[in-house]
Amino acid sequence: MSEQTTVAGSQVGGEVVPATPAGGSGAAETRADPKPRNNRAWWLVLPVVVSVAFTAVIPLMTVVNFSVQDVFSPSDRIFVGLEWFRSVTRDPEVRAAFVRTLLFSAQVLLLEIPLGVALAVVMPRRGVWMSVALVLVALPLLIPWNVVGTIWQIFARGDIGLGGWTINNVLGINFNYTLDSTDAWITVLVMDVWHWTPLVALLAYAGLRSIPGPYFQAAQIDGASAWATFRHIQLPRLRGVLTIAILLRFMDSFMIYTEPFVVTGGGPGNATSFLSILLSKIAVGQFDLGPAGAFSLLYFLFVQILCYVFFTVLTRSGR
Amino acid sequence: MAFPRSGQRLPWARTVFWLYVATLMLPLLWMFGMSIRPNEDILGSFSLIPQRVTFDNYVTFFTDAAWYSSYLNSIIYTSLNAVMSLVVALPAAYAFSRFRFAGDKHLFFWLLTNRMAPPAVFLLPFFQIYQSVGLFDTHLGVAIAHMLFNVPLAVWILEGFMSGIPREIDETAAIDGYSLPRFFIKIFLPMIRSAIGVTAFFCFMFSWVELLIARTITSVNAKPIAATMTRTVSAAGVDWGLLAAAGVLTIVPGAIVIWFVRNYIAKGFSLGRV
Repeated sequence: MSEQTTVAGSQVGGEVVPATPAGGSGAAETRADPKPRNNRAWWLVLPVVVSVAFTAVIPLMTVVNFSVQDVFSPSDRIFVGLEWFRSVTRDPEVRAAFVRTLLFSAQVLLLEIPLGVALAVVMPRRGVWMSVALVLVALPLLIPWNVVGTIWQIFARGDIGLGGWTINNVLGINFNYTLDSTDAWITVLVMDVWHWTPLVALLAYAGLRSIPGPYFQAAQIDGASAWATFRHIQLPRLRGVLTIAILLRFMDSFMIYTEPFVVTGGGPGNATSFLSILLSKIAVGQFDLGPAGAFSLLYFLFVQILCYVFFTVLTRSGR
Repeated sequence: MAFPRSGQRLPWARTVFWLYVATLMLPLLWMFGMSIRPNEDILGSFSLIPQRVTFDNYVTFFTDAAWYSSYLNSIIYTSLNAVMSLVVALPAAYAFSRFRFAGDKHLFFWLLTNRMAPPAVFLLPFFQIYQSVGLFDTHLGVAIAHMLFNVPLAVWILEGFMSGIPREIDETAAIDGYSLPRFFIKIFLPMIRSAIGVTAFFCFMFSWVELLIARTITSVNAKPIAATMTRTVSAAGVDWGLLAAAGVLTIVPGAIVIWFVRNYIAKGFSLGRV
């Protein structure tokens, strides 16, 4: 408990200001005197608490309700305890989807983080081209997720899509994401890299811009190579933003639904049936409220625990 | 300038970067190319450059009420959501950045955990709750539902920006006789204009790209454009041209707003903490 307080505290407000080499939560002002204690500030926070209670807490309670009952009809339901949790954790389909989603998230992080950082390093730093580059790079992030799916559904098709057509006819490799599980996986992965690497790039770019000029001047005087400058000056200063990038990318890739649903619908077979796709199938498709509720809670809990572990590890190793 | 601020640049950096951007644009351009071809050409033969150019798909989009009204629906509820999220988040972010109070750190972290909730988890409860309180299939309903992830995000971004503003400003204003609400509206809000712009942009963006929740709690009156796009699949197969045209049009609002906040985008993505 006290651990959580200190970890959260180092991010909150920014009054915890040891000059870390990483410069984690940078923008905060450095002041000796702490913020005043005033419990009336709760009145300012109240609207947020109320709105989040309505949008998150009440629905979550409903899910808890589902998860411990067997619902036959609104008036006819029996308490089954942890029965659904047991059956969900033993379900081979759920287990397979869990492993699949974890593997996907791992691949996403391994590809997108280095690529995003590399992109940020070579991005133009000033002038009109900087603006143009920023807008073009950020564009995929603003496309509705199902449209991202549509774009790749078209692009990767062997008959009408440029990407699929090139692989089939120019490279001579037989590629069909609707029939072959490996091709489907690759399509979804490439789509995610296309869609989200810009997020990592923008974060890393912001981090690089916050490095003071004298650092580079010193490196230049010392005759440091471009690689040495990157390794010893730029990379360490990126720790803060990369923490956020890894967290966001993990959460979102682990919850991915819309894009693969549009492109592959979870198939062929179960090849791209990730946890949310399976969950929606159980909840909305089969209307199995009990298992869906138990599934939801375990899913939510796992995301939170892993995020907390990431957060702790990443913010600790800088100290 | 003798020393470039950005350090040494690799000679091929530019080339690599613009090559990447070109690759990035390829699927987008391809969809655009598809939207201006007649369907027979799309399925008939593969060609890089459209043989015949037509704007029929766009005409269909803007003359069919089902299409353009759902486009408007999306714009209405995303704007509504941005305004509501900001109104709720501004005082809270101020409280977090200026005061310590019981449970503040736990509350702050708890807010972010809502951003981690898989939307699929909330589908059924949302459906039931919004139906029982009469918010089902209304713009307001979708706007409220999207506050689930936008309010925590808005609080985090705003808090990051607000912490960068020295507290002496508040103290000086208090000495000058400003009450807290008056100070907040007259002095503080104008000072963080750019932060408000960035936050509004992010709320707009995340609400605009979301489909799963919006689709679940709407049927006709507030149906989002993204849900209407599934209509293109009919017995006659997929209307690729119309689907592509709708796809292109959903990118337009984002591309416009992104231009206005381009200098702050990266900072907003890092929740104000760069």
